Parts: sequence; C-alpha cells; structure tokens
Amino acid sequence: MWTVVACLVPPLIMSVFVFGIQTLLITAVSVISCVAVEAASQKMLGRAVTIKDGSAVITGMLLAFVIPPGVSPLLPILAAVMAIYIGKHILGGIGYNFFNPALLGRAFLLATFPVAMTSAWLPPLQDGAILKYLGTSIDAVSTATPLAVMKEHGAAAFTQAFGSGSSLYLNFFLGWRPGCIGETSALLILLGGLFLIYRGYTTWHIPVSVLGTIALLTWVVGGKGYFTGDPLLAVMSGGALLGAFFMANDYVTCPTNKKSQIVYGIGIGALTVLIRLKGGYPEGICYAILLMNPLSPVFDGWFKPKRFAPPLGGDK
Amino acid sequence: MLSLFTFPQGGVHPPEKKELTANLQIETMPVPDELEIILGQHIGAPCTPTVAKRAEVKEGEMIGQVTKGLGVPLHSPVAGKVKDLGMSVHPMRTSAPSITITVDHGAVPLVYEKQDWESQEAKELLARVHDAGIIGIGGAGFPTHVKLSPPTDNPINTLILNGAECEPYITADHRQMVEHVTEVVEGAKIILKILGIQKCIIGIENNKPDAIAAMIKAAKEGSTSRYLVSVNALKVKYPQGSEKQLIQAVTNRKVPAFALPSAVGVVVQNVSTARAVYDAVALGKPLCEKVVTISGKGITRPANLLVKIGTKVSDIVAYLGGTAPGLTKVVMGGPMMGFAISNLDVPVTKTTSAVLFLTEGEIDTRPHSQCIRCGWCLDACPMGLEPKEIGIYVEANRAEDTEPLGVFECFECGSCAYVCPAKRPLVQFIRLAKMKAKRK
Ligand code: SF4
Ligand code: SF4
Repeated sequence: MWTVVACLVPPLIMSVFVFGIQTLLITAVSVISCVAVEAASQKMLGRAVTIKDGSAVITGMLLAFVIPPGVSPLLPILAAVMAIYIGKHILGGIGYNFFNPALLGRAFLLATFPVAMTSAWLPPLQDGAILKYLGTSIDAVSTATPLAVMKEHGAAAFTQAFGSGSSLYLNFFLGWRPGCIGETSALLILLGGLFLIYRGYTTWHIPVSVLGTIALLTWVVGGKGYFTGDPLLAVMSGGALLGAFFMANDYVTCPTNKKSQIVYGIGIGALTVLIRLKGGYPEGICYAILLMNPLSPVFDGWFKPKRFAPPLGGDK
Repeated sequence: MLSLFTFPQGGVHPPEKKELTANLQIETMPVPDELEIILGQHIGAPCTPTVAKRAEVKEGEMIGQVTKGLGVPLHSPVAGKVKDLGMSVHPMRTSAPSITITVDHGAVPLVYEKQDWESQEAKELLARVHDAGIIGIGGAGFPTHVKLSPPTDNPINTLILNGAECEPYITADHRQMVEHVTEVVEGAKIILKILGIQKCIIGIENNKPDAIAAMIKAAKEGSTSRYLVSVNALKVKYPQGSEKQLIQAVTNRKVPAFALPSAVGVVVQNVSTARAVYDAVALGKPLCEKVVTISGKGITRPANLLVKIGTKVSDIVAYLGGTAPGLTKVVMGGPMMGFAISNLDVPVTKTTSAVLFLTEGEIDTRPHSQCIRCGWCLDACPMGLEPKEIGIYVEANRAEDTEPLGVFECFECGSCAYVCPAKRPLVQFIRLAKMKAKRK
C-alpha cells in the first residue's frame, strides 16, 4: 500500500510547482481527515482500527487529486466523511464496499458544491502557452479545464488557448495546464502507474482496457466527423490516466478475474467517452468508474478462473 | 542451455532459502538411546504391533503389520528392546500410538549385500517393495506397492521421478541426487520393471544444477535398450513438485480432478522413494531411516541428516548444538505445506522431509485482516480455484457450501496464502471447509 502512496507523491510535488503550495494544504487536509474518519468510523462501528494499512492515506490523496486546486480546504473534510464513513464503512466495510471511496467523495462534492468544483481552477504559475490564454477570453480564476473549454468554446478557442501540435501535447504531458490537483502531469502519473505494474501491485488489464477504449472511441466518434477525434489528447486529459491507473483498478471495487477486468475496463472507457461527449460533464471518468463499480461482482460471476481439469465424466 | 519444463497456470516464487544446506553432505546422525516409532506412518490403516513389551528385537525385524486394509509393515531400525507400546507426540494429531525401543548400542550393525534383481519376476519385486515397508516418502506417504500396481484400465507408459523439491529450505532429495545417483537410477529401473514399461523421466528444478548434471550422467550410463531414463530440467516455480503440476510440466497431460495419475498413463515416484526401492529390492533393506533437512536460522548447525525413523526432534536438536536465539517457530516439513509443532518430542517418521527452525525474520507474524479482493490468490492458485471465495464462505459460517467452489480439488499447496497481502490463513480456511463440506 505504501508503494502506491509513493507513486502518488511525484504528481503531488508537481502540482505544487504548477498551482502553488495550496495543493499541498488541500492534500494534507484530505489525507488527515480520511485517516481520522477511518479511525473514528471503525471505533464507532466496533471494528478493528486499520489505519496503519495505508489505504485511508491513499483514499485521501486520490480524493485531493480529483478536486480543483482553488477550493476551500474545508471541502475535503466533508468529502472525507462521505468517502470513508459512508462510502467505505457503511456501504460494506473493508473489502466489501462496492464504490470507490475517493470517487464517491468527489461525486458528493460535485453535487453539493457544483460551482466550486467546476470553477475553482487555478492557472499554472509559470509562463507558457496557457498563460497567454488566461488574460483573453475567460476570467483568470475561473479558468476551465481543457475539456470544458473544448466543449463550450469549440476547438478554435481551445487551440488558441492551449496551443496546438506538439507544444499542446507537451504541456499536457508535463502538466502545465489547469486541471484537478493530481491529474495534470500525464508523464508522472504514467510513470507511477507503470511502476505499480512492474512491481506487480496491479496488472495491465484495467488501465489498458480503459485507456484503449477511450482512445479508440474518441478517435472514431469524438471529432467533427468520424475518425477525426484526437485519441492522444483524450487519454491525457480529464483525469483519464489517474482514473485508469489508480482508481478503476482499486482492488476492492474492481473485478478480481482478469477477463472480467477487461470487460469492466472497456465499460469504463465507453462510459467515459459517452459522458464526455453527451453528458453535461467533461471529466466523465469519475462517474464512469462509479457506475461500473457495482457491476464488478456481476462480471466476476460471468468469468470464473479456469479450473485445472474437470473430474472424469464431467461435473456432478 | 536446456529448455525448461513447467506448468502454465498459477504458481508462486517464495524465497528458496536452500543455500543453508544445499552444499552440505548427508551426515549420519549417531543413533540416540531411544526411538519412538509411530504405528501410523502412512496413508491407510495404522500398523498393529507384532512384538510384545520387553521383547528383544533385531535390526530390520518386523515390529508392526497392517492386518486389515491398505498399508505396509513396520520394521525396527535398530537392535534393542521394546520398552513400551504407548503414545507419542504426533506432528498433526496431538498424539498417536507408537512403539518405544531402547537401543542396544553394542549390537553389530547389519551389512546389506547387493543381490541380483533383474532375473526376478515383477511380482516378486513388488512383494519386496511391500515387505520392506516402502511408502511415498516425498510427503503424502501413500504405500508405494499400491501406486506400483495401478488399475489396469489405463495402460501406463511413463514413470516420472519427482526431483523438483520445490519447497523452500528442503535439500534432502537434492543431496540424494548428488550423492546417490546410481542408486536412484537403479531404483527407477526396478520400478520400470515392476510396471512393465520402458520410459522414465526425472524432473528436477533448475536451482539444482549439480543434481541435474549428475543425474543426466547417471541416466545415460544406466539407460539400456530395456530401460530409457532421462532428465527434464524444470523451471523454479512453486508447486512444481506437486503431482498434477509435475505431470503437466513433463508430459503436457492433465490429470482430471479426483483421478489418479494412472488416468493419463503416468506413475509418479519421489527420487528418494526410488532410492528406498533400490535399498529394498537390490539390498534387501527395509525402510528404517530417512534423510531429513534440518534448517533455518533457529538451529545452531543446519544439516542434511540421515536419521533412524523414530528419532525425536529433541535428540536432533541436541546433536546439532541446540537451537539458536530468536527461534520462534518449528515446522515439520516445508514452510509452505508443513505443520508447526509445539513439542520437540515429535519423532521423525518415514514422511518427514525436513524440520525447520525459523526465527522471527523468517516468518510472517502479521495478523490477518479482511480480504481486499485483490485477486492475487486467484492468479496464484495452480488449480484454478478462487481461494478468497472459500475464505469468505468460511468466515460467513457457510463452510459446508464450498464444494461447488472446488475445495476438494485444492491440495493445500499454500500458494494462495503466500501471496495474500491481507495475510489471510486461506489454507486453514480450506481445511476447515473440507471438513465441514465432507460432513454435509
Ligand atoms: S492451497 Fe489450494 S486454493 Fe490455495 S493455491 Fe493451493 S490449490 Fe489453490
Ligand atoms: S489474495 Fe487475499 S486479499 Fe487478495 S483476494 Fe485473495 S484472499 Fe482476498
């Protein structure tokens, strides 16, 4: 578990460089409240206190990572109660909760503080393609995330704002762009995710099926005409990487069988694209994962591991 | 480079820890003053004593016999006097009936001479295997003569000798294959003759290059037009030495659930059992001693010891200079499938392959927690089961409903428990599930 925490530290540091020190504050508040709520819930419910296993720390970090950097630090406290007490301990308990707690916390915030959650973006601190854009069409503090700009102002505004061609991709890849705290740097999240796979903490099945589906569907239906969408941008924005490598594959809420994991991943990818294109909300992966979470046991029921060899004469 | 054979599904890589004893020659331990020979050494019916209290016994004399059911006779490993027909501490049950023999240290040890076996009938040889009390000494303790007379409906064509020794720490078979190559190969030939077949494949995990080299050489020299013995190097992966996995690795055949290897035309014997067959048939020596690996950081001097059956673990400890500081757990057998013992008066039986003295750093004492559904146990299980489900059923007091989950296909290899990040005692859960499901 602590390895996962370690993998989340570089994106956190990056966020401090991009958005300023308040991201650290929000993350710290979020982590501390998650751990505190975990301990309190377990005490209250008369269960063993397991804060040492690090899972509440991960939830806290991920929760902070999916909220905008400009929100009040009080928000993550509320979200932590929702995520840990309701999402984790009331809806199941350790190992049995069927929704990803961090995402549940975020969904809760989005429903209760819709304005803050969709406008408290901060501009990157340093000069770059994005900075020029800040002074122009939209108010600096309520800078929207790239996907929202794309959706509401069209591709032209987007290109104008974020640059085009390789500089655009580079900004996204390194993280110089507005967005939630931890979802900006594609590079660092990718590295962290690959490290987790390399160390055997997770396998490629879910991340690859989620991202592959997003890329493919965006390419096919995400552009002006068919087959003109931008798969690379789709994968690097809207928290897709963070969701695919650190949330969709959360042990407790994803299927356990490899085949069901692929079906589950494809489902998340497809829902993400659907929500991005048709829904009112550009960062669709959060809801996509929450929608697929309760289906995990269903998929696991479809695919059972292959038994070594059936008995002679078939099953009784 | 040899191409390596392995089984495809599941499996784990626990630290091998064999370096403690891998290069130590088999050492004969002096016979202690007293031996306690447990009457139930094998799967099947326990023996009934054929000697009375205070009787004098000679070395190799039969002291117990199975009157009814499956089993083999029991012999006295030494000359001495029957001190008692009582109870002994048992590694799995708390105690078991046994014969205690006071060793006569003055008696001259028997010398066994090589006899010609090739001219004898297969039936004759099989009878000798039975009479010498040979059982599968690799672990399960199934009477060997029964395995060597498989049901006739499936013709047997391959004998596999199991030299995988995939459990961490244990090096007893390894040393047999280095120091007693010719005996092992000749034992294989005797078994081939009993089975009336030609082909024997010896499977050895690749972490024993010296054993592989020695066995390849001996197999070549021992092969004739009548007996074809060869060696397959196996990938190091636990549980490579499990019967079904080994058969699949070597022959690519899958033994159906609940069936014997003979269903796919194979008989499997452990390399040390082959050695015992050699001793029994070619030398006329009954099975009364055993090479046991004594290892772990908790024993002063690790060793591969040749001990008499009935030697108590406490005598071994005394011989090896006592236990080392930090000892926390004593395990009979390997760390994956063995049993923890709390009383060192447990005597060695025919199936004891190792006694491990483990210190705190060598075992995981963290408490177990809830299943976090990571699915690692599914990927580790070589039988394609869902250990986590079985564990959840057991905790929900539905242990008796686990048969459809395949509990009876589980052979308790412990791979699932080894990988479980929540440290769940999955094998204990499964044992409980088996017990309850059987009663249902
Ligand atoms: S102990 Fe049983 S369930 Fe666990 S891995 Fe081995 S065979 Fe599978
Ligand atoms: S390895 Fe342990 S925690 Fe993971 S699914 Fe299996 S039983 Fe649950």
